[in-house]
Amino acid sequence: MKYESQSVAKLYFIAAIGLFVGQIVFGLIMGLQYVMGDFMFPEIPFNVARMVHTNLLIVWLLFGFMGAAYYLIPEEAETELHSPALAKLMFWVFLVAGALTILGYLLVPYSTLAEMTGNHLLPTMGREFLEQPTITKIGIVIVALSFLYNVGFTVLKGRKTVITLVLLIGLAGLAIFFLFSFYNPDNLVKDKFYWWFVVHLWVEGVWELIMASILAFVLIKTTGVDREIIEKWLYIIIAMALITGLIGTGHHFFWIGAPEYWLWWGSIFSALEPIPFFMMTVFAFNMVNKRRINHPNQPAVLWALGTAVMAFLGAGVWGFMHTLAPVNYFTHGTQITAAHGHMAFYGAYVMIVLAIISYAMPLLRGRKACNSAASQVAEMWSFWLMTISMVFITLFLTGAGILQVYLQRFSDDPMPFMVVQDKIEIFYWMREGAGIVFLIGLLLYVYSFFIGGEERTVEEKV
Amino acid sequence: MSEVFTKSMARNIFYGGSVFFFLLLLALTYQTHEAWPERDNHENLTDEVRHGKELWEVNNCVGCHSLLGEGAYFAPELGNVYQRYGNSTEAIKAFIQSRPKEGIPGRRSMPQFNFDDEELEAIAQFLKYTSGINTNDWPPNIQG
Repeated sequence: MKYESQSVAKLYFIAAIGLFVGQIVFGLIMGLQYVMGDFMFPEIPFNVARMVHTNLLIVWLLFGFMGAAYYLIPEEAETELHSPALAKLMFWVFLVAGALTILGYLLVPYSTLAEMTGNHLLPTMGREFLEQPTITKIGIVIVALSFLYNVGFTVLKGRKTVITLVLLIGLAGLAIFFLFSFYNPDNLVKDKFYWWFVVHLWVEGVWELIMASILAFVLIKTTGVDREIIEKWLYIIIAMALITGLIGTGHHFFWIGAPEYWLWWGSIFSALEPIPFFMMTVFAFNMVNKRRINHPNQPAVLWALGTAVMAFLGAGVWGFMHTLAPVNYFTHGTQITAAHGHMAFYGAYVMIVLAIISYAMPLLRGRKACNSAASQVAEMWSFWLMTISMVFITLFLTGAGILQVYLQRFSDDPMPFMVVQDKIEIFYWMREGAGIVFLIGLLLYVYSFFIGGEERTVEEKV
Repeated sequence: MSEVFTKSMARNIFYGGSVFFFLLLLALTYQTHEAWPERDNHENLTDEVRHGKELWEVNNCVGCHSLLGEGAYFAPELGNVYQRYGNSTEAIKAFIQSRPKEGIPGRRSMPQFNFDDEELEAIAQFLKYTSGINTNDWPPNIQG
């Protein structure tokens, strides 16, 4: 750690990991509800568990992104953070607002929460992933603006690198597109259309900029490859992300009342969306092969390579699988979508946050470069446990999805939804099993932070 | 990558490409607005339907169901439930009303929301309105 103010990142990373554990616990509850329908009913119905699962994911990833920015921006800008105090204040504001929102989901019926928080004044609740009370959404905007102000001014007074620039564009885009969550027209078609301006333009747009810039930072630090080369890759990757991803939004407009020409625009451009992810994989492996140092923090390198591969598989391959309109006609809104969503989020966004945490946390905790060998081994085991179990979760959900599509949509004698759900139960059981392995991997990951011992040191590559 | 392809070229592709395709997205969005009146069933968007949409939202129906394929995949698609229930709002209302408070042992069950008659009618009308949106013939069949 070169700058004192980078230490605020530690708070953000700890909160991120804590909320991650909560997310997975609720994931397991939902997974069980898929096969034991009355599990925890009516205390925690499925929709509540799902809100907690998805909202915790979003919140902890945002904590991770902000932590990443607070860590890497002072280092890149070669100056102290504009206001560490503001960063700490906003941390507590965000954490308390997040915790109250989750408690609200769990403790009162959702309609009561809507009433308590005055949803009728500016109705924004009850839409997928945007379930937060309007007041929480306003809080998110305030936190995001203070954060952008803080990191923006840090960059302005310091060195401007491509990495900070791309990260700032990504984070600014995140804040701007979130504003669409306040637009909730009565017309369902318009509501759905603009809902994607938050959801798609986040995860298939500006978040990719955030991911690519964090990845570039970790690779510069762990491989010692010349910045010029890495920055060129970064530009071309994010160029492809936006060139394909902006019009790629159209693959969500096939069946929600938008005009037919979106079938073409959406299919063609979203079919190209795997390209930036493929380039990220080539980029990460190339840089590690050309490394000028053997960085002793092996898990950080592993997460960096892992995120590139898994993002390509989850977002790229599993996304392509059902993105063409004639295929999507049958797969839209089935377990195929769920399979894709799980691996894409894990590969692209969970793993990139874990990569920067893995790189930065030892330094934030006052170590020279990395954790002890024993701690690293545990962390790498957790990498494989989580990653492989996520592959299986994805495969089982894909199996469930293919059967669902056939039985409910494709066969000559289509069956009702609930009948089909019973028939594909075995896949849900296996998914739950893989989910338990994921939780074990995650607990091992948390435990790895508590393993002490002597650290390794940086060695020049001979 | 070779020296022929420089960093500034990559940067220009990023800025040029992003701006161009963002403007294209805006243009297509504008065109979509122009096309909507033919497709979005707005002529049936009554105050009752608006109220139904609000109830749909504040009870987080999308947390279990999908609507036009979007939402959760825990419970049936409702974009065409009106047709699936024999073009009957009464059947939709009867189903919502009939849900047992304590659920069904071992099975998924929709919660009992204790809606009054006016609310039930609003929700049913909202689902009826939704089923009239032109969705390019989706879903593939009545099962949703």
